[in-house]
Amino acid sequence: MPGIVVDRLCIDFPLYHGQSRSLKRQVGKTLARFAPSAPSAHLMHDLRERTIVSVLREISFTLNSGERLGLIGSNGAGKTTLLRALAGIYEPVAGRVRLDGTMRTLLDSSLGMNPELTGRENIRLKGRYEGLSRQQIERIEQDVQDFAELGPYMDMPMKVYSAGMSVRLAFGLATASSPQILLMDEWFLAGDGVFMNKAKVRLEELVQQAEILVLSTHQPKIMRQWCTRVIWLENGHIRMDGTPDEVLDVYLDEAG
Amino acid sequence: MEDMNARSPVLTLEPLRGWGLVRAAWSDLQAGLRLLPLAVTLGWLDIKMRYRGSILGPLWLTLSTAVMIGAMGVVYGYLFHMDLKAYLPFLSLSIVLWGYGGTVINDAGTVFTQSTSLFHAMRIPVSLPVTQVIVRNLLILLHNMVVVVVVFAVFHVLPQQIWSLLFSLPLWIVDSFCVILLIGMLGARFRDIAPIVASLMQIFFFVTPVIWKPELITTGRHYLLLDPFYPLLEIVRAPLLGQRVESIVWEAALGHSVLLWLLAAILFCRMRSRIPYWI
Repeated sequence: MPGIVVDRLCIDFPLYHGQSRSLKRQVGKTLARFAPSAPSAHLMHDLRERTIVSVLREISFTLNSGERLGLIGSNGAGKTTLLRALAGIYEPVAGRVRLDGTMRTLLDSSLGMNPELTGRENIRLKGRYEGLSRQQIERIEQDVQDFAELGPYMDMPMKVYSAGMSVRLAFGLATASSPQILLMDEWFLAGDGVFMNKAKVRLEELVQQAEILVLSTHQPKIMRQWCTRVIWLENGHIRMDGTPDEVLDVYLDEAG
Repeated sequence: MEDMNARSPVLTLEPLRGWGLVRAAWSDLQAGLRLLPLAVTLGWLDIKMRYRGSILGPLWLTLSTAVMIGAMGVVYGYLFHMDLKAYLPFLSLSIVLWGYGGTVINDAGTVFTQSTSLFHAMRIPVSLPVTQVIVRNLLILLHNMVVVVVVFAVFHVLPQQIWSLLFSLPLWIVDSFCVILLIGMLGARFRDIAPIVASLMQIFFFVTPVIWKPELITTGRHYLLLDPFYPLLEIVRAPLLGQRVESIVWEAALGHSVLLWLLAAILFCRMRSRIPYWI
């Protein structure tokens, strides 16, 4: 059975690069002295005197087959970082993440695609990243072509695509081969209304096969439609965890 | 996707210690090796992209090398008063081989920082972009070797002990892999590494007997073996030029290599999971 278990996950980011490391360090020190629990990302120092940003702290939750989780929270609350941690891109600094099932990600808006290559070439490359056979890739190619409705653009370099076209291609590709777990960041909502309806139909097909969706977005409407559960992240903590209506009512109350 | 389910659909991520680090590094290498066909495609694409829209395409690689070696051969042969018949085969081979090593090392500094968007889009083996750099540079090397073959044919140079390439070329590949990994990780963490390495390579180009023959040094020639590039260059270059390789040169090449492997392995085990945080 597909499932996700997150157990006391912590992610810290080192701040190595910057125009002036010493200046940054100085600012971090000052901030930490005046306001120890201040704004969204906490600047603090670890034992080796590096400035680190603690993005996620002690996150725990379990997702079972069929659950569609929405992540909500202000900018910098740690939504994208949590998605990347679930995808295995950022390995935990402390705590544990366990994923059962095949996983596909829709995190980076460029998807790691090469803008110089055509849509078709990118699909083939992507298929090979996943280690798929030629037949499987051909099937996916056809499926994406039907879904994304790119027509002749399929054989043009992706740099001439509009944002919506890239999104359609990417979304079609990520959902073509029915992953058991789909991780999705909010950028994909750049599609137009017609696309959103199609996307919803396609996503629901996926979820009906008892799959797991983790979705990060700022749009409460989409969350109410698509999700069965919402986690509200604030400063790297879980502020609230419940059904979309429960969480969103409080969230919108506070935001508005 | 039946085969993906069969493979290993369970992914457990947690901070690792001791042997766990080694196992994780090992499975990264295995995953990278499985993606070798992809690395070949990507490496070839890199070259095709660079010359997309040009009439000659990748043939430019061969052509520009031919022009450079021709020009250098005439100038240096005249200045150093060397017999072109003896000097030009040596120079062409040296330049082409050094071109491979130098570019590999220069590319190494940015190997991970250049694939940031890929690393942030999905979980990929760290070794994939590394093999991509090797493949790309091997393809360039093959294009350039055409020039060497022509020069050798013109001056009737006969290689000797070709079988030794069966050992020296794999050694080169493994060393390339380790050096890219090592410098790549350092370059991801410290952004000054790439320019520092580039400047160092300039120095090594002149210090190492690349454009001058090692015979020019009469006293203390063994000190040359301390320069890691010299023995590694010599074990490939000398047999191709039809010369014998002293066993001490092979020993030095292996010694430097083992040192490099150890360094790269230790750093890779410790730092593999940190790379996405750095870039």
